[in-house]
Amino acid sequence: MTITAEFTTNPPVSGPSAIAAFERDYAEKRRSARISWAVGTILFFAAFCLTAWLGDFFKVTQVTMPDGSREWRWIIPAGLPRLGEYIVQTFPDLHWETLGADLANWFWRWQTWLRLLIETILIAFMATTFGVIGGFTLAFPASRNLAPNRWILWITRRYLEIARTVPELVWALIFVFCFSVGPMAGVMAIGLHATGALGKLYSEAIENIDMRPLEGVKAAGGNWFDQIRYGAVPQVLPNVISYTLLRFEINVRSSSIIGYVGAGGLGQEIRTAMSFQEYTDLSALFIIIFVTVVIIDYGSEKLRHRVIGLGDRE
Amino acid sequence: MNRHELTLQNLTRRFGSVAAVDQVSLTILPGQFVGVIGRSGAGKSTLLRLINRLIDPSEGQVSFGERTITSLRGKALREWRRDCAMIFQQFNLVERLDVLTNVLVGRLADHSFVNSMAMRFSDAERTMAIEALDRLDMAPKALQRAGTLSGGQQQRVAIARALVQNPRIMLADEPIASLDPGNATRVMEALKSINREDGLTVLVNLHTLDTARAYCDRVIAMRDGRVMFDGTAPQLTDEVVRDIYGSEGLEEFNEAVTSTSIRHREKVPA
Repeated sequence: MTITAEFTTNPPVSGPSAIAAFERDYAEKRRSARISWAVGTILFFAAFCLTAWLGDFFKVTQVTMPDGSREWRWIIPAGLPRLGEYIVQTFPDLHWETLGADLANWFWRWQTWLRLLIETILIAFMATTFGVIGGFTLAFPASRNLAPNRWILWITRRYLEIARTVPELVWALIFVFCFSVGPMAGVMAIGLHATGALGKLYSEAIENIDMRPLEGVKAAGGNWFDQIRYGAVPQVLPNVISYTLLRFEINVRSSSIIGYVGAGGLGQEIRTAMSFQEYTDLSALFIIIFVTVVIIDYGSEKLRHRVIGLGDRE
Repeated sequence: MNRHELTLQNLTRRFGSVAAVDQVSLTILPGQFVGVIGRSGAGKSTLLRLINRLIDPSEGQVSFGERTITSLRGKALREWRRDCAMIFQQFNLVERLDVLTNVLVGRLADHSFVNSMAMRFSDAERTMAIEALDRLDMAPKALQRAGTLSGGQQQRVAIARALVQNPRIMLADEPIASLDPGNATRVMEALKSINREDGLTVLVNLHTLDTARAYCDRVIAMRDGRVMFDGTAPQLTDEVVRDIYGSEGLEEFNEAVTSTSIRHREKVPA
């Protein structure tokens, strides 16, 4: 639907009739904008309700009441207390008088956990490195404004899509099958996923660059690589660094769970604790991961802001 | 045939059904300072881009001495672009790189892949770049980021980049259209001195008649992709100008309005 089609054809250039034509067109534009807005809202609400229904959000289930009778209840208020029960089970038994001993008891496997924590961070680091190498190399041919031809554009884009659409856990399962249990499978899984995600983000930054500097390099006799090295890279570098640090944060989170399928890191301990119902171990692991992620997020955010800040200080 | 003579034969470039450049044939002798004038959309910019091969012609041929420019490919094409330097209305510098590196971009056509990617330049090249900058009074800004310079300064850096290419021809696409009168004069003077001292052929697109009159040995006027006038500046009479710019829109051939030079401006009649 083109709105402009309904505008006054050949409006007069000036005078009261030109203003009248504007008033008419403006009212028409406002009207069609309101209609699109209303239709959009209804569609969104319908889709939301449908999804909630498919997801059992409206389900009514049987629950046992305190007096032992069975009653029908809406699932959400019925289920929420059970979340509380689970969390309470993970609380360790801490007493002020014996705090040191209790803490030592809570973090009883701290030596293994520390070793696995280091492994987790190293998996994220190496995977991010692979992701940057792959993503940065492929982002240029995958950008509409720089691709040498549409076949290369199509192939690199599809490759990046596949790499990021398949979840890390699925890649990890595949690589554990190929290369056996251990951190190598995790590095490859997260690295491949990061390649796809970073390649996409980088290429979007590249598609927004100013093409005039590249034309300047081309007019001076530079080839495709020269145009990218001198014209494009300096323009996208702050974005690239910022996205890379952000990806490292995300990769630390991923590598802390990826051990669940045997691909190295703390995840394997989470799995063990869950299967042996060692609830206090779970809370200890949660605290370790949480603190690590907060520290890394804080550090990389500081670094990212400095990088972006440098770019703005022109 | 002269070794450094630029010849255009029936050069045509169509965008869809519109011929932006239509059957243009010209011969430009070495050392000439040629101004190309015409209203917006007359095909001046397309003509320059065809010569530098930033775009390819639909028909016709460009040759430089014995070389047929329109059939060059790969390395030979990049060497032609090096020999035929181009400066732009928007300067087309890399704003996030320093001025010196921007000038050194003019040396890339002769660089190996590894040296180019590592941004490695020889001392001789750096010397060349600094000398070119000094010639345009820009040496003190060599280590500053190009984006921090004013428009006139950026255009002078762009000219320095063109100079280190050791070109035979200098093409300038509306080089002063985004500049204030003071900077416009400096840039035109720089082009003129390069033309006079180095004997470089200069082909410059202008939209102001007085600049064309003041600097050019030869003026070519275009309208709707065709050459309407080709002669010396004094031959550019009022009737010719009216012909080029058309009769509609009085402002267009009131030179005082479009002028970018510093001088007393008459009050424009309403």
